[in-house]
Amino acid sequence: MDNTTTSPNIGLKLKRFTSPDHPEVNFAQAEKGIKAWLTTIDHKKIGLMYLGSIAFFFFIGGLLALLLRWELWTPAKTFLDADAYNQVFTLHGAIMIFLVLVPSVPAALGNFFLPIMVGAKDVAFPRLNLLSFYIYLTGAFFSLYSIVTGAIDTGWTFYTPYSAQTSASVVSMTFGVFVLGFSSILTGLNFIVTIHKLRVPGLTWGKLPLFLWSIYATSVIQILATPVLAITLLLLIMERTLKIGIFDPTLGGDPVLYQHFFWFYSHPAVYIMILPGFGVISEIIGIFSKRRVFGYWFIALSSMAIALMGFLVWGHHMFVSGQSTLSSVVFSLITFFVGIPTGIKIFNWVATMYKGSISLRTPMWYALMFLFLFTIGGFTGVTLGTLSVDVHLHDTYYVVAHFHYVMMGGMLVAFLGGIHLWWPKMTGRMYNEKLANLSALLIFIGFNMTFFTQFILGAKGMPRRYYHYIDQFQSLHQFSTVGSWVIGLGFSIMLFYLLKSLGKKGVIAPKNPWGGRSLEWMTQTPPVMENFDYTPVVIHGPYDFHKPIAEFEYGIEGSDSHGHDHNSEQHDNKHSVNA
Amino acid sequence: MAHSSNSNLAHHFVDSEQQFDASKMGMWIFLVTEILFFGGLFAAYIIYRAWYPELYIMASSQLNTTMGAINTGVLILSSLTMALSIWSAQNNDRKKTTIFLAVTIICAIIFMIIKYFEYTHKFHLGIFPGAYYTFTGIDHVKAPQFFSIYYMMTGLHGIHVIIGVGLMIWLVIKNQKQAFSSSYYTPIEIVGLYWHVVDIIWIFLFPLLYLID
Amino acid sequence: MDKLGSIFLPPAKSTIAGEVDALFNFITGTSLLILVAIMAVVIFLLIKYRRKSDDDVTSLNDHNTALEIVWSIIPVFLVIYVFYRGFTDYIKIGTAPDDAYEIQVIGQKWNWTFKYANGNTSPNELHVPAGRPVKLVMQSRDVLHSFYIPDYRVKHDVIPGRYTTLWFEALEPGESTVFCTEYCGTSHSDMMAKVIVHSGEDFDKWLKESGGRPSDMPLAEYGKQLYSKSGCQTCHSIDGSKLVGPSYKGAFGSTHTFADGTSAVVDENYIKNSILNPNAQVVAGYAPVMPTYQGILSNDDIDAIIEFIKELK
Repeated sequence: MDNTTTSPNIGLKLKRFTSPDHPEVNFAQAEKGIKAWLTTIDHKKIGLMYLGSIAFFFFIGGLLALLLRWELWTPAKTFLDADAYNQVFTLHGAIMIFLVLVPSVPAALGNFFLPIMVGAKDVAFPRLNLLSFYIYLTGAFFSLYSIVTGAIDTGWTFYTPYSAQTSASVVSMTFGVFVLGFSSILTGLNFIVTIHKLRVPGLTWGKLPLFLWSIYATSVIQILATPVLAITLLLLIMERTLKIGIFDPTLGGDPVLYQHFFWFYSHPAVYIMILPGFGVISEIIGIFSKRRVFGYWFIALSSMAIALMGFLVWGHHMFVSGQSTLSSVVFSLITFFVGIPTGIKIFNWVATMYKGSISLRTPMWYALMFLFLFTIGGFTGVTLGTLSVDVHLHDTYYVVAHFHYVMMGGMLVAFLGGIHLWWPKMTGRMYNEKLANLSALLIFIGFNMTFFTQFILGAKGMPRRYYHYIDQFQSLHQFSTVGSWVIGLGFSIMLFYLLKSLGKKGVIAPKNPWGGRSLEWMTQTPPVMENFDYTPVVIHGPYDFHKPIAEFEYGIEGSDSHGHDHNSEQHDNKHSVNA
Repeated sequence: MAHSSNSNLAHHFVDSEQQFDASKMGMWIFLVTEILFFGGLFAAYIIYRAWYPELYIMASSQLNTTMGAINTGVLILSSLTMALSIWSAQNNDRKKTTIFLAVTIICAIIFMIIKYFEYTHKFHLGIFPGAYYTFTGIDHVKAPQFFSIYYMMTGLHGIHVIIGVGLMIWLVIKNQKQAFSSSYYTPIEIVGLYWHVVDIIWIFLFPLLYLID
Repeated sequence: MDKLGSIFLPPAKSTIAGEVDALFNFITGTSLLILVAIMAVVIFLLIKYRRKSDDDVTSLNDHNTALEIVWSIIPVFLVIYVFYRGFTDYIKIGTAPDDAYEIQVIGQKWNWTFKYANGNTSPNELHVPAGRPVKLVMQSRDVLHSFYIPDYRVKHDVIPGRYTTLWFEALEPGESTVFCTEYCGTSHSDMMAKVIVHSGEDFDKWLKESGGRPSDMPLAEYGKQLYSKSGCQTCHSIDGSKLVGPSYKGAFGSTHTFADGTSAVVDENYIKNSILNPNAQVVAGYAPVMPTYQGILSNDDIDAIIEFIKELK
C-alpha cells in the first residue's frame, strides 16, 4: 500500500502518518513540575497518579494481610490482641476493595488508554476527571482517618446492628466510602460519554478493542450500582447519628434489610472488579497469539449482559440470612445463569490460541495465570451458588478463598498483566523480563499456597473473621502464612524491577514492542500530550494481525474528524460522524 | 464561526456540536445516578409502608397537604420558567434568559421557605427524626419511623434544591457577563436537565408522603 | 469422589450431611476434571502453536458455531442439574419434620444458651438425642450471630428481634462443635458451644438430672462448672490477668471503683446485680459490654457462682 488511500465507507482521503518511536516532547515533558501534575487535566497523567496511589494503597493493604496471616500462625494470640486483629482484617478488606480493586484497571489503565484507543485527545470531561481523582483521595483520607479516631472492626460489609451500635468510627469510614463512590461514578460517566461521542472515523462499535467493551460494561455498572451503596451508607450514618431506626432492631429497624441494600450494590461491584480484567486478558491473549479473539461479539455482548444480570443475584450472599426460601431459590437459579457466559469466555480465550503464533512474554504469563486461577475461582463460585452446599460453606474460609481466587487471582493478576503489557507505552521503558517472570512465578506459587489451603480450611468448618481457631487447623494456617510471605517476596521483586526501569539505566522501549494493532500501539512512546499529531482513521479491526502495521497508521491532517475547514460557516451545523 | 475564536470549544472536542452532545449525555447519565440514589429511599419507603400500612396513613395526616400542593405547583412552574430561560438563550435573548432564571430561583426559594415552615411546625410538635422524636399525637409504636423516612426523603430533596439554586445563580452571573448566546448555552441546558429531575423526584414524593390519608 | 471429600470435609454426622457431601464432591470433582482438561488443552496449544518466527501466519477463523453451541449447552445442563440437587436438598435442610424436638437457643455476645421444653437451661452445651430430629428456635439478644455445626452441615443466622430456625438429626452419640459464624465483636471467635449427642435413653436421663445443680454437689464446685460453661471465663480470668472484664481473683471483699467515680464493696448483692444488670455499674477501665444473664441463670446458679468467686483469694 502506498502512503495515501481512501477509507472505505466514509470516503475520506487518507494519508499515512509514520512517526519515530520516541517523540521530541512526550506528555510528561510537555508540562513539568509537581504543580503541573497536580493540576493537570491530561488523562495520561491522571491515570499515572491513580496508578501510583493504587499501588501505594495496595502496599498498605498487603502489609495488613501479612500482619493478619502472621497473627494466625498460632491458634491463640501470636502478637495482636483480638480487637486489633478484627480491625486489621476490616481495614484490609475495605482498602483492597474500595481503594484498590474498584478503581484499579479503569482509573489507572482505562484513564491512560481509553482516549488513545478511540483516537481522541482526552476523555469527554477532562476537568471532571481530575476532580474524580481528588474525590478519590478525599474518600481515601476519610476512610483511613477512622484508624486514628477508632478503627472499625465490623468487616468491610458493615453489617447492622453491630455497625449501628459499636462505638468505633463507623461514620468516618462509611463517609469515606461514600465519597469514593462519587469518584467511581464520575469516572464511569466520563468513560461512557467518551466511548459514545469521541471515537474517530472508522471506529465502529465492532472495531473497538475488547478492553473498551469491558470498560464500557464496567462503567454502566458503576453508574447504576454505586448510588445505591451511597444511599445505604448515608442511611447507616443517619442511623448512627440521628437514630432513625431503619436497620437497628432496638430502634424499630430490620437488620436483614441492610443486607439487601448493601448487596444490591456489592454484588454488581464484584463485576466492576472483574470485567475490566477480562478486557485486559482479551488484549493480551489476542496480541500474544497474534490472532483475532475468538467469538468477539460473544465476549463484547456477554460483558454487557453480565453487567445487567449481575443486578439480579445479590441474594446469593444471603442464603442463611433469614430471607424467604423462595427468594433464595430464585437468586440461586439466576446466579448459575450469570455464571455461564463467564465460563464460556474462558473457552473463547483458549480457542484464540488455536492456530495462533504464541509468544510467551511476561504479559502472556499473567494471562495464563489468570486462566488457571480465575477458573478455580469461578468453579468455587458455582459451589457457593448451590443452595444446600452454601449452607455449609457460607461465612467460612471457603468463601474467603473463593473471592481471593476471583478478585486477586483474577482481577489483580489481569491488572498486573495489563501493567506489564502497557508499561513500555506509558513510560517509554522496558522492564527486566527475567525478573518479571520470576516475580510472576513467585506470586503464582505463593498465591496457591496461601489460598488453596483456605478452601480446605473452610470446607472443614473454619469460620471466617476468626482471631482464635481450634488447634487442628494450625498446620493448614501455617502453610497458608508461608504462602503469604512468598507472595510478598514476589511483589517486592516487582517493585524493584519496575522502579529500576524508570531510572537512568532503564532500557528504552520501542513504540510497539509486541506488535499490537489497536490505536495505542500507533502512538509514539511515551505518547505526546495530545496523543496523536493527526486524526487517526480506523480501517481494520484491532486484532487484524494479518494486516501490516503500516495500514493502521492512516489518518487525516489536523484534529477534525469531518476532514473539512474549521473556518466554514456550515461547519457547526453538520451532524457529527460518530452518532 | 471561526475555530480560533470559539473559546467555548474545549481542545479535545472536534466541534461545538460534539461538545454539546457530550455534555448533555454526561448530564443524563448523572441524572440516572440521582434516580438510583433516591430509588434506595423509595425502596425503603415501600418496604416500611408494606409492613406498617396503617401507620403511614395515620402519620401522613400530620403533613400539611395544602403546603405540599403549593410546593408542587411552585416547582412545576419553576420547571417551566427554566425551560423558558433555555428557549430565550437559544433565541439569543440575554435579558429574558436572566429574567426566567431569576424567576426559577425565586420559585425554588419559595419552595424552601414553605419547607422551612413545614419543618419548624413539626419541630414545635416534637416531631424530630429518629431518637429525638417526642410527639405523642400518633397512636402507633413505629410512628418515628415514618418521619425518619419523611425527613430523609424531603431533606435530601431539599439539599438538591439548594444546590440547584446555587447553580442557577452562577448561570445568572455568567449570563450577565455575556458568556452565553445562541451558539453556546450548554451550561444552561444541562442545569435545566438537573432541575427537571429535581422537580420529577418531588412529583413522586408528594403523593407518596402527603396524599395517602 | 469420597476420598476427595474426606480431604475437604469433616465427618458426616447428620442425616443430611451425606447428601450435601455427595453434591459437594460432584461439583468439586467435575470442576477438577474440567480444569485439568482446560489446562491440558492450553499446554498442548502453547507447545504446538509456539511462535516460530515473526512472520508466522495465523488463522483468521474467529468463529465456529457448532463448537460454540456445544460448549454453551453442556454447561447449561450441568448447571441445571447442580442447581436442582442443591435446591431439593436446601428444601430438606429448611423443612423440619413435624415431630422434631424443639430446643430454644439464645445467642448473645459471646455465648450460647439452650433452653429445653422442661425448663432446663444448659449454657454453651447443646444436649440432643441421637436418631431424632431436633429443631432449634433461635434468637439473638444483641447483634447478628450465626449458628453453625460443621459436622452436621447446618447453619442459620441468629437475628435480634426475630426468631429463626434450624433443624438436624444426629446419627450417633458423640460430640460436635458449634461455631458462631457472623462477626459479632471482640470474642466472636470464642463463641463456641458443644453439641453432646446422647442415645435416646441417656438423653431422657440427662433431661431429668440436668435441672440445675446436682443435689449432692457443693455450691462452689457447681459455680466453677458454670464459670466455664456459661461463658464467664471468656471475659473474666481467675488468675489476676485483665481480660475484657475484671479478674475474679481476690475480687470478693475488695472495693471496685466505677467509671462514674463511685465505688462499692464486692459482696453477694454486688455480684448478683452484676450478673443481672451488668451495665448499671461498670468498673473503671473496662468497656460496658457484658450481656445480662436474666432468664439464663437461675437463683441457685447465681448463688453457686457467688460461692465460687468467694473462694478465689
